[in-house]
Amino acid sequence: MSLLQSFKTRDRVFDFIAPAASPVDVRHGPILYMEDVTVSFDGFKAINKLNLTIDDGELRCIIGPNGAGKTTMMDIITGKTRPTEGSVWFGSRHNLLNMNEPEIASLGIGRKFQKPTVFEVLSVFENLELAMAADKRIFPTLTARMTGEIKDRIDEVLETIGLTQLRFQPAGILSHGQKQWLEIGMLLMQRPRLLLVDEPVAGMTEQEMERTAELLTGLAGKQSVVVVEHDMGFVRSIARKVTVLHQGSVLAEGSMDQVSSDPNVVEVYLGADDEEAA
Amino acid sequence: MMSQLPSSQFWLTRPFGERATQVFLGVLFTALLVVTVLHVALPQGSPLHVNAYTVNLFGKYLSYALLAVAVDLVWGYLGILSLGHGAFFAIGGYAMGMYLMRQIGDRGTYGHPVLPDFMVFLNWESLPWYWQGFDMAWFAFAMVLLAPGMLALVFGFLAFRSRVTGVYLSIITQALTFALMLAFFRNEMGFGGNNGLTDFRELLGFNLRSNDTRLGLFLATGVALALGYILCRAIVTSKLGRVCVATRDAEARTRFIGYRVERFQLFVFVVSAMLAGLAGALYVPQVGIINPSEFSPLFSIEIVLWVALGGRATLYGAVIGAILVNYAKTIFTGVMPDAWLFALGAMFVLVTVLLPKGVAGLLRKRRRAVESDNAGTKEAIA
Amino acid sequence: MRRFLSWGFLCAVLLGITLNVQAQTGPDTSDNDAALELLEALDVDSYRDKGEAITAILQSDDERARDWLQALLDGRLQRADDGQFVVVLDNSGREWPVADALTNEPLGEMSRRDLDRVGINNALRNQLRSAIAVVDLYSPNLDRRRISAERLLGEVDGELLEPINALILEEKDSQVRYRLSQAVAIYRAEQGEMAGIEALTGSLHPRARVALSRAANGDDTVAADAARAALASVEQNLKINRGVETLYFGLSLGSVLVLAAIGLAITFGVMGVINMAHGELMMLGAYTTWMMQQLLPGQPGLALILSIPAGFLVAALVGVAIERSVIQFLKGRPLETLLATFGISLILQQLVRTVISPLNRTVITPEWMSGSLIINDALSLTINRMVVLGFALVVFAGLMLIMRRTRLGLEVRAVTQNRAMARSMGIRATRVDILTFALGSGVAGLAGVALSQLTNVGPNLGQNYIIDSFMVVVFGGVGNLWGTLVAGLSLGVINQVLEPWAGAVLAKIIVLVFIILFIQKRPRGLFPQKGRAAEG
Repeated sequence: MSLLQSFKTRDRVFDFIAPAASPVDVRHGPILYMEDVTVSFDGFKAINKLNLTIDDGELRCIIGPNGAGKTTMMDIITGKTRPTEGSVWFGSRHNLLNMNEPEIASLGIGRKFQKPTVFEVLSVFENLELAMAADKRIFPTLTARMTGEIKDRIDEVLETIGLTQLRFQPAGILSHGQKQWLEIGMLLMQRPRLLLVDEPVAGMTEQEMERTAELLTGLAGKQSVVVVEHDMGFVRSIARKVTVLHQGSVLAEGSMDQVSSDPNVVEVYLGADDEEAA
Repeated sequence: MMSQLPSSQFWLTRPFGERATQVFLGVLFTALLVVTVLHVALPQGSPLHVNAYTVNLFGKYLSYALLAVAVDLVWGYLGILSLGHGAFFAIGGYAMGMYLMRQIGDRGTYGHPVLPDFMVFLNWESLPWYWQGFDMAWFAFAMVLLAPGMLALVFGFLAFRSRVTGVYLSIITQALTFALMLAFFRNEMGFGGNNGLTDFRELLGFNLRSNDTRLGLFLATGVALALGYILCRAIVTSKLGRVCVATRDAEARTRFIGYRVERFQLFVFVVSAMLAGLAGALYVPQVGIINPSEFSPLFSIEIVLWVALGGRATLYGAVIGAILVNYAKTIFTGVMPDAWLFALGAMFVLVTVLLPKGVAGLLRKRRRAVESDNAGTKEAIA
Repeated sequence: MRRFLSWGFLCAVLLGITLNVQAQTGPDTSDNDAALELLEALDVDSYRDKGEAITAILQSDDERARDWLQALLDGRLQRADDGQFVVVLDNSGREWPVADALTNEPLGEMSRRDLDRVGINNALRNQLRSAIAVVDLYSPNLDRRRISAERLLGEVDGELLEPINALILEEKDSQVRYRLSQAVAIYRAEQGEMAGIEALTGSLHPRARVALSRAANGDDTVAADAARAALASVEQNLKINRGVETLYFGLSLGSVLVLAAIGLAITFGVMGVINMAHGELMMLGAYTTWMMQQLLPGQPGLALILSIPAGFLVAALVGVAIERSVIQFLKGRPLETLLATFGISLILQQLVRTVISPLNRTVITPEWMSGSLIINDALSLTINRMVVLGFALVVFAGLMLIMRRTRLGLEVRAVTQNRAMARSMGIRATRVDILTFALGSGVAGLAGVALSQLTNVGPNLGQNYIIDSFMVVVFGGVGNLWGTLVAGLSLGVINQVLEPWAGAVLAKIIVLVFIILFIQKRPRGLFPQKGRAAEG
């Protein structure tokens, strides 16, 4: 945001006054605040006047038919895509639109991709080591040493995601579900304030799904978690609050029951997919 | 290696704990020692005597090996296929060449106290500003590292910042070295144009034509190779090395976990360019000339072949590849020069299609086969 | 200024010649004795006497006069040992074919030792040229009249003025008329006459500029001022023409770049395959042209036309061979593809060196492509470049049609965007790969055929273009054929604009550095593909 603009929006702290690296300010409640965000690709509006607020410590599920703009929304939050209009704030101090991906990541927003991407030739342990919150500049990284403290922290996360046995195996040999957990584990190593999880249970077995649900509900409270998912059964099993996206904007918001009884939602989304929703 | 905890040693000493590095250094220093002994201790007539020409040739191979290690650092571990490393090598070489030119002093054909022969020939009145200071060894040697480092810094800063990677980067690095070649061919650049810099006499007071100096240069190149290897090994076994590998395999993911990928790429690229420059500086006094042909895109891409043949992302593979290919080149161009380009072309094709892991991959496969064989027999006994 | 002395004689005879030429009474071969006498007068020692003999020849009504003078000027009028005057037809070997100067009958070959040349000096040479020019003005042959009229620019003197003015009135060809009046104007301007200076305003001929600058330094201030003004307008006009010429050369270079890059735009841009042997496929196209001309000696034009399909086929077949033998095994590994195809390029180059020759081969330019189109005195456009420019545009349009309007184009786009989906819809992806690669390679062959008309055909031909071609594709925006066209043409023009200012090599360096910097700024080129597909 240019200096001039920052003078116009009188409700915010000036960018140059707010220290960039200062901790996230959540005294006013929301940890993520998106207002009137619009993204268009060649005239096609992938996101259209989207408004979304995530509270600190909340577990939010976002559902919506294909092309509703779920992935694009995550791209905006993590800095991969720049919106054409609108504003995105992390806490009430950090304007995410002024930051690039690593800055946003180091601020405490972690993202798990739709397709699990882990570093396949590195071991599970090394994957977690790299993800760990640490000084990520060049020379500290070059001279970093493995301490007992770091080992303990990694072991702890290994325990959480249930991969202790496989810690020295290259991540490439893990099963699909294990890769998803490793990725969540990598997010945890970053000690994020906000976790963005894109389709965590795609291609998982029943047991893996249950385990994942446990993992995510366990995280909420300490961290805010946003889950984008297609699988209605899974959403129902973890959701407290659900947001339905349609054609790039919010169609409905509320508990799973509220949402699934909303006639608009039934029409555009659940109606077409009744059995799964039930 | 993969199945161990990252070690807690200080990053620079870490490589010494690795078996691969110990073996590599052992082989290298044994080779240096053997060549020295065979050259110095044996009489000329002895069938095992290594003559000065051969020592010189080995020295050249070693400088190529250092260059290959530099390329493997960026290509093998960072996934950046630079088709312009010949340029860094040549710039390091030119920096050394400029020092050697200034050392000639008034002993040139025209006897001018300051100006090199080619400048007198072109009727230049005074030394261009960028030739100043190259009469001092420390300055020239610093430039050997700084000049290619600066070029890599500027070029890499622009490229990595805009996320130019993959094939695009390869193509523009090739364009870079091509543009530099054209530039250095121009007489107006003040680097001797077509002929480059040559007719060197002495380095740090040692006569470059004496056999002892040649042996010394050979040993110095060997030591430089060992140091360069250890430095690269230290980088790739550090956490930074793992970030590089992560970047190579999943750049976007590395960004999302909070690393400024472009800075890491830039850092490693600059280190690699400096090593290439050092290799060039060691190469020039041994071959006695530096000219713009070192900038040719063919040379740069040939370096990549050395690494590919030896085996990417192993470092010692790069050394093996550089020595093998250049030995083959020496043999071929002596016996049947026309066939060399056929052989080189065929190597490119065969290595990429049939031997993607190179010679090092073969070695490793063999060792693994032996190990599992042993394990099998042990089990059978148990 | 002996030349000017001789004009007097010339002018005196002009009317006589006019009558003679226009009468066209047919050769009077019985008059050989008189003719022999005229020629004998040439074979004297004194150059002064020779000059008079030339005048005498002009004054005679002999219609062979022009041939003699021309032969004399070229040093081909010689005398055999037996005193016979002969015209040497070809003086290249040791034995020269000759013809009788009087009867024009061929006399077979004669040894050069048996012949004596009728010598002339520079003053006589000038006299001869002017004389021939004046004689030619009356020739019924239009080309001769045009050439001679041009030769008269700056050579007119006071005595020639009248007859030339008379000729202007009679002349039917506007070009000759324009030239002659220019010649008169130059004379007048040099004399400081306003009419001449005004007539020369805007003229582009170098002689006109010389005349004007002389007039500008003259004593008459009014005339000098007018001359200076005229000179300024001439300079302005020249500048515009030079601009047009630069643009033309730029577009020509650009068309070569487009031809070289457009095939890459298919294989690299659309398919994503890095083919470093693309330049060598061009080289093969150029060698196909050479081979065709060897097979059809004496018919370079036909051979060139036939090479267009042949070059396409040869390059396409080799391209398919490369795709099947190497590239298909390296799918999804662009850097390895780059290295392997580079190896192939080395092999192809060396193959040509070994099988044909390491030296450059000459490809003949057919007559209808040589020469140039003369727009005015300062601007002439070479025809071969124009043909290549047109050819490039035709190839581009053809490719556009194929990609946009045919089934193949549709399938190519489907396969490149989503291979699995395309396959499941029944598109045979492998077949599409082969056809696309054949198309891209074939176009490289076409580029080679065109290049053979502009540069040397040698084993390094491809190597010289590969980096440039990649730069054009990347600069234009990968996957965008229009981008390639615009990028190629504009890089060509930029290069030519820089060249006079920076020199050829530096211009090339500047362009390379410019592209390198440009790519940093816009990694996706001039015309990037947008949207979600491009993100992947």
